[in-house]
Amino acid sequence: MEVSIFGIQSTTLMVVALLTGIGLVAAALIIAWLIAPRSYTVQKMEPYECGVPTRGESMMQFKVGYYLFAILFLMFDVETVFLFPWAAICKSLGPNGLLSVAVFLGVLILGLAYAWRKGALKWA
Amino acid sequence: MFDFGIVTRWFDQLLCGIMPGWLATTIEGVIIAVALILVYAVLALFYILYERKLCAWFQCRLGPMRVGRWGWMQVFADMFKILIKELIKLRNTDKFLFELAPYLVILASMLSFAVLPWGRGLQIIDFNIGVFFMIAVSGLGVIGILLAGWASDSKYTLVGALRGGAQMISCELSVAMSIMTMVVLAGTMSISGIVYAQEDAWFIFKGHVPAIIAFIIYLIAATAETNRGPFDLPEAEHELTAGYHTEYSGIHFGFFYLAEYLNLFIVSGIAALMFLGGWMPLHIPGCDGFNMVMDWIPSVIWFLGKAFFISFIIIWFKWSFPRVRIDQLLAMEWKYLMPIGLFNIALMTVVVVYGWHF
Repeated sequence: MEVSIFGIQSTTLMVVALLTGIGLVAAALIIAWLIAPRSYTVQKMEPYECGVPTRGESMMQFKVGYYLFAILFLMFDVETVFLFPWAAICKSLGPNGLLSVAVFLGVLILGLAYAWRKGALKWA
Repeated sequence: MFDFGIVTRWFDQLLCGIMPGWLATTIEGVIIAVALILVYAVLALFYILYERKLCAWFQCRLGPMRVGRWGWMQVFADMFKILIKELIKLRNTDKFLFELAPYLVILASMLSFAVLPWGRGLQIIDFNIGVFFMIAVSGLGVIGILLAGWASDSKYTLVGALRGGAQMISCELSVAMSIMTMVVLAGTMSISGIVYAQEDAWFIFKGHVPAIIAFIIYLIAATAETNRGPFDLPEAEHELTAGYHTEYSGIHFGFFYLAEYLNLFIVSGIAALMFLGGWMPLHIPGCDGFNMVMDWIPSVIWFLGKAFFISFIIIWFKWSFPRVRIDQLLAMEWKYLMPIGLFNIALMTVVVVYGWHF
């Protein structure tokens, strides 16, 4: 196990940092809840649109382009997950490791080129 | 160079000598938590002042001057004011997700903050997959921003969140790839391992051409990932008023604000860690006198100095370039940064495999 500061295991310290983050937000919210004023008016509960009342639904339609980029991201994110272990040991793998990863990278670049060619990267 | 590990080990032994192990671990955990909160808050306040002052000087203004000497207490006044403001929830908000979003944003920055190496023996989380962990937890922030915009039930926040999501996930890839390039050079994913690998020379000098390309890609992508100008589309104030946090008020907004400035520090810290040697001093091979003087400067100062320097460059970007459009940003990321990043990894691998680096 990886031992870090004070000789504590890193997993424990990760939990400590996690609880610290939650604690920070919770404590600040409790303080704000105790000292902040509260009032209620109907207008205040409306969404902010520079003074004009909202027209129609707030959950409006949005461009499908965002979704396409999310799909592309998914592909390349998984790729980075696969590449990281290779990156850590590629020094000892030598030219063979480079060659085998070149095939992997080549397939991915083909994928990107396909998306590019099909116009997925175009914001029309 | 002073090793803080000596102090912490001595303290650990002292505690273990007088009390059972679990109690000692608990006390140490509490100390770490308090230190984390203190450093987190102080650093965020410092960064708010740092940016306000820098942006004022770039525009030939003085910036905050009234509260305290050179306005240094202005940030405390602002934070206190934010704390006593009312927390407003709109009629149609999704209450649970609305409350959850600030937690996710703060957690993402807190966890990646705890990974940074502050000095010799002064690092909290040190996994052997540290770099990977860091990228993974910083990705949590995107979910926070998407939830914030979605749950607020306002058109501005929805558009801001979608833009933020598209921009942050895209640029995260380039950040991960330039970090991966340096992992290839270092041969390890552990943060302390990467710092110690730069004992003789910083990676930006060691890995010559690919390291410099990776550094430039990292700077651009990190600026975009932290939603800072010229890539501050999710909160472009003249289009979306405040973007994804339009409907947040009081300390709820304060969390996003804190996390944003902390993220600036974190990406600068990662740049300092991956390219500029973390807390390692600047050494020139051969100049022993110079190296000894550099060794004399404490490691914490080295790390903070490098991080503040990178932050200065990122703030400088904001006041030099006009804001880009979302299609320009995504085209830049997917058509330029990303293919160059992939090519750069291959180049770095060739350099490392054939031993052409220093």
